[in-house]
Amino acid sequence: MIAFVILIVKVLLLIAILMGGFAYTMLLERRLLGFFQLRLGPNRVGPGGLLQPIADAIKMMLKEDLMPASADPVVYRLAPVISAFAALAVDAVIPFGAPIHVFGLTVDLDIANPSIGLLIAFAFSSLGVYGIVLGGWASQNKYSLLGGIRATAQIISYELAMGLSAMGVLMLAHTANLEQIVLAQRREGWFWLPQIVPLLVFFITMIAETNRTPFDLPEAESELVAGYHTEYSGMRFALYYVAEYINLITVSGLWVTLFFGGWLGPGFLPPILWFFIKVGIVVFLFIWIRATLPRFRYDKLMSFGWKVLLPVSFLYLLGTAAFVSGVL
Amino acid sequence: MATEKFRDRAGELQEETMVINLGPQHPSTHGVLRVRLELDGERVVNAEPIIGYLHTGFEKTAESLTWQQANTVTDRLDYLSPMSNNLAYVLAVEKLMNLEVPKRAQYIRVLFAELTRIASHLVWLGTHVMDLGAMSLFFYTMREREVLLDIIEATTGVRMNPSYFRVGGLAYDLPDGFHDKVREFLKDFPRWMKMYLNLVQDNPLIIERLKGVAVISREECYAYSVTGPILRATGVPLDLRKDDPYSSYEEFEFNVPTRTEGDAWARFWVRIDEMYESHKIMEQALEKITPHGPYTTSDRKVALPPRDEIYGNMEALIHQFKLVTEGFSVPAGEVYQAVEGPRGEMGYYLVSDGGPRPYRWRARTPSFYNLQTMPLMCRDGLVADVITTIGSIDIMLGDVDK
Repeated sequence: MIAFVILIVKVLLLIAILMGGFAYTMLLERRLLGFFQLRLGPNRVGPGGLLQPIADAIKMMLKEDLMPASADPVVYRLAPVISAFAALAVDAVIPFGAPIHVFGLTVDLDIANPSIGLLIAFAFSSLGVYGIVLGGWASQNKYSLLGGIRATAQIISYELAMGLSAMGVLMLAHTANLEQIVLAQRREGWFWLPQIVPLLVFFITMIAETNRTPFDLPEAESELVAGYHTEYSGMRFALYYVAEYINLITVSGLWVTLFFGGWLGPGFLPPILWFFIKVGIVVFLFIWIRATLPRFRYDKLMSFGWKVLLPVSFLYLLGTAAFVSGVL
Repeated sequence: MATEKFRDRAGELQEETMVINLGPQHPSTHGVLRVRLELDGERVVNAEPIIGYLHTGFEKTAESLTWQQANTVTDRLDYLSPMSNNLAYVLAVEKLMNLEVPKRAQYIRVLFAELTRIASHLVWLGTHVMDLGAMSLFFYTMREREVLLDIIEATTGVRMNPSYFRVGGLAYDLPDGFHDKVREFLKDFPRWMKMYLNLVQDNPLIIERLKGVAVISREECYAYSVTGPILRATGVPLDLRKDDPYSSYEEFEFNVPTRTEGDAWARFWVRIDEMYESHKIMEQALEKITPHGPYTTSDRKVALPPRDEIYGNMEALIHQFKLVTEGFSVPAGEVYQAVEGPRGEMGYYLVSDGGPRPYRWRARTPSFYNLQTMPLMCRDGLVADVITTIGSIDIMLGDVDK
């Protein structure tokens, strides 16, 4: 019973943290982009614009929820929910910190700790693309349709490389359990050095996974107006943003967990803080890239995924396998 | 049975193309261009520009204005480089009137024509790269354009539609401190350009998006009367500043940058190099311009007499009255005069019936001709290439629709 209560509390806390993280990542991005671009960004609401997310949320909730007359009503309404759900669900298996002790109880800082944690994370994160594809298709808008098709092509080109680039870590840690992976890094040192190539491949595929510049083809503002969410408004539109930014935090957390020791760090700060600092740095990297790089072209993106990322991560995986099995 | 049925249905399946309207409201059509795109998946089967959404009847408007007033219409054609439009128009009228313009005014005209060329190319650079998805550069180039607009504002009082060039010379003399302001810009410009180019020139993503995209051949350029950077990017060094010098351009030393590939990447570099050449011309012009001196013709039939003359001189008062109420008359005849604007040959064909208003006022605007090549450039491209093409042609809808 007590375990169940703890679980519920943890779930609620995690959702609250993620929603807060979403709101303030977005604010951080807008302000940072402002500074990158010689502007100030939103700084009017609250001190330094800190209340901007609340204003945005109120605005979004009060907006009319429009649906095109020719849209498929069920799918149209369901699509953003799928995206947001998938983004949130991945976080269930990511360990945020070392187990803590409160009131004589040991509490793991994750919702679930399955032995195939990494696989579950991948499964849910690839589920997210259905929200985009279905939303694009159900809107009955040509721009949305193109955005949805692009999302499909993109996810097919990048999922494989993403999975393969994480396999090396699995081999080194001898487990797919994310907490065990972190603990293995405590024993053997962080995996970023032995896995330097997969680390980069994973980072690139992460950007593709979250549909951000330079892989923001599904929404490609200058080409497809707003891509798959052209027709969406109000909270449904906001849900896509929730999905995008939570995805961003999630994949950053996954990257940090796999290659940079998750919540490990020198003892002067609590582990959970280390985790969030690392994630924050990755998020900053994402924003920096967005401010700098242009967009890939559809066909180049696919050939890059299939002809560069996939072979590279595969070869490196073979090397890792040879190393782990003692052939090398 | 089932497979047969399926086969029957499959036999009826036809490949269909999707028609999509890009614009007139679209983030990257630079105003109100509408492109009727016929798509096969992401591949472009046909791209047809549909124009007219910004039609303002400039030519007819100008015919109801006096010769001097019609100058204000030229500002609004290509509003990113108003000075070169002004220049083409006043040169045309002066040609018809056989009017001599003081050298100093000619140099100032050259300086401002090149200044607006840089300003216009800066906007092109920012928006073109923004269309490719890199948004930050736009803000940087706009910052520098702001410096140029400040110079224009300090000189003319307005930023966008200055009408600074007048038939016979200039509207008024340069302000105090003009030389310092321009010199400061000239000093900063190469440093800034280097910074911008650092962002783009070796960026594989940019090169990938531009190289081999939106190709057009020299013959096609000829067939479509394409001028400006697009033509020069196919290897033709046609530049009216060199080939048919006007406003004392023959006294300036500069090169005409060309490339041979004819693709978006070639045009990119032609425009970048042109900005450096304009910088060179501006430096030379600034040396030639004395801080004080005549800025307009002394022909009292055309230019307003100075204020102090009006109060003591009967004839000056009459000239003032005639010029303000009626405007000057231009001898009957017709004329065509073109200048090398940032987008190509900007020309005016004017017909006078001897009166104070133009009988026929026609503008040969470069964007109109250049835009017609869009279907050629987009053939076999992807949707993303259409956007590249629009940015690479550097259209100006005010220029296209007139």
